[in-house]
Amino acid sequence: MLTKYFNQDNGRYVLFCLTLLVIYLVMANLFFPTNSLFYVGNQTIILVSKYLCYALLALSVDLVWGYLGILSLGHGAFFALGGYMMGMYLSVQGENGSTTLPEFASFINWQNLPWYWMGADNFLSTLLLVMLIPGLVAFIFGYMTFRSRVSGVYLSIITQALTFALMLAFQRNEMGFGGDNGLTNFKYLLGFSITSNGMRVMLLLITLIVVVISYLICYQLIKSKLGKVIIAIRDAEARVRFVGYRVENVKLAVFTFSAVLAGIAGALYVPQVGIITPIEFLPLNSIEIVVWVAVGGRATLYGAIVGAFLVNYCKSLFTVWFPDEWLFALGLLFVLVTLFLPKGIVGLLKLTHSKKPQLKPQEASL
Amino acid sequence: MNKNPLKQNLKSASSFLKDYEASPQPDLDTTKGIILYLEGINVSFDSFKAINELNLYIKQGELRCIIGPNGAGKTTMMDVITGKTKPQSGTAWFGQKLNLLTMDEPQIAQAGIGRKFQKPTVFEALTVNDNLMIANAGKKTVWHTLRHQVNQIEQEQIEEILLLIGLMEMRNESAAILSHGQKQWLELGMLLMQKPQLLLVDEPVAGMTTQEMDKTAELLNSLAGKHTLVVVEHDMDFVRQIAKTVSVLHQGSILAEGNMEQVQNNPKVIEVYLGQSTTGRNVNVA
Repeated sequence: MLTKYFNQDNGRYVLFCLTLLVIYLVMANLFFPTNSLFYVGNQTIILVSKYLCYALLALSVDLVWGYLGILSLGHGAFFALGGYMMGMYLSVQGENGSTTLPEFASFINWQNLPWYWMGADNFLSTLLLVMLIPGLVAFIFGYMTFRSRVSGVYLSIITQALTFALMLAFQRNEMGFGGDNGLTNFKYLLGFSITSNGMRVMLLLITLIVVVISYLICYQLIKSKLGKVIIAIRDAEARVRFVGYRVENVKLAVFTFSAVLAGIAGALYVPQVGIITPIEFLPLNSIEIVVWVAVGGRATLYGAIVGAFLVNYCKSLFTVWFPDEWLFALGLLFVLVTLFLPKGIVGLLKLTHSKKPQLKPQEASL
Repeated sequence: MNKNPLKQNLKSASSFLKDYEASPQPDLDTTKGIILYLEGINVSFDSFKAINELNLYIKQGELRCIIGPNGAGKTTMMDVITGKTKPQSGTAWFGQKLNLLTMDEPQIAQAGIGRKFQKPTVFEALTVNDNLMIANAGKKTVWHTLRHQVNQIEQEQIEEILLLIGLMEMRNESAAILSHGQKQWLELGMLLMQKPQLLLVDEPVAGMTTQEMDKTAELLNSLAGKHTLVVVEHDMDFVRQIAKTVSVLHQGSILAEGNMEQVQNNPKVIEVYLGQSTTGRNVNVA
């Protein structure tokens, strides 16, 4: 009965495995002594948590690229914006819930923070801003580009320009986001020490829950009538207009929603890695996300999650073994997958999996 | 196949067709009996005049065939009506009240003009059933589409159309595996789901066998009256089957208009089609 439920869709199976993994890590971290063979260190907890954030980011890119057909090479920007919102909150947190001035402000002799730091001292308003700011940037960007029917490779280039421009802006000290050094040295989250064991485990669990919920929302979205219209837009945009749908509005809504997901991923990422810098806006990062989705298999949702885990795991191994060769390996992986696995790794699984006798299509009735 | 399922399907669906109304459009005013007015339309691409001072009036409920040699401007005319191309000058009205030139594609589609393309364009990644489902008439805003649940009545409508276009067996297959003729029928089905007042049908029988062609003719004939149809077609046998009024388009304007026989015997038309004057002989235009 249970297995039947999970077999309905591979995505549920992937989520189930992720949940098992996280439960195992949490158990092993909390209940085994540090010298035990089964003990899992905080570094592993942080690593898996990072992968989960990447998985959420990949999910958001799969939504706009895999389903809607917009190759966004700028989703790293929304991730970084969400990260900055969270970083701003964390950098003003003092002991026992008091607020302090962030470190960078004293370096450049600022007594007060600029007005746009408003809301950074409150956790709830931060949670809101984490979704609002990336969503707003995506909305304005999408409104201008989709209205003028910019699409294809031109749109991809503009998204690269967007993330590059934001990187340059955030690198400036006068912007008030810590310049090149970004925001770091976080100590407290909601009054608790951010480096404590309990907080690490808590953040891992929260990240998992957010990934699961986001996946389920995306899944429902794709299964809805709107999801079918989204796929139709990907395949024959002009035709959808003649059916009577406002293609621009659909694109705008999905693009904005996807940016909000990316922002949430960034906000979960920052407290765990402990730093946010303008490097997160690097155009290369955004391209890497697309590679995760392509490797995992696009337009499947769970493929994006698998891809994000797999590529980043490889990255973790490679950057330790052969630190200089990683980018070549990534490039090779992308080329190989594009050539031999156009549907990604989950496409391969599907192929070997679906040996069950398929209903033979009835003879054409004509 | 000794039996043609299409024929049976068509019979069983014919009762349904009788009740099949175009959805009423509050803004559409056809009190003068004319549903489409095109006056003095000019479209040029660079120096090429695709449409030249075109005047065309379509009566409500009629089935009008448009024929003409390649490059006569047939598809461009449809582009103008559906909002894809804006003419340099002229007026286009849908009924008395709706100015087509100020509307964009989704608005025109929602106002009740449906279009079938020359190259059949169905959504190949979706199933046949879903192709029909998303084409169905109704509010098409993002929010409504997201919240939409297929209800009993809608499912029955979809099944009726599936029966009509002979794709009931293929309903859960992806549209990509359909043959060319089946795609043509699916697109016609999608057009019907939109419940348009005016159907623009571009080359509906390309890639069809003679049998399939007969069924298509039957279907289009049965739609006329409740709907208004403008059919562009190259196949003269097919045009002869369905046409009551034929307009011949040549170099972007109407060359001749009338019933099939008048048009066929029109010396100007014969000249256009054969490239030389052959007056005095009854030449089959096809």
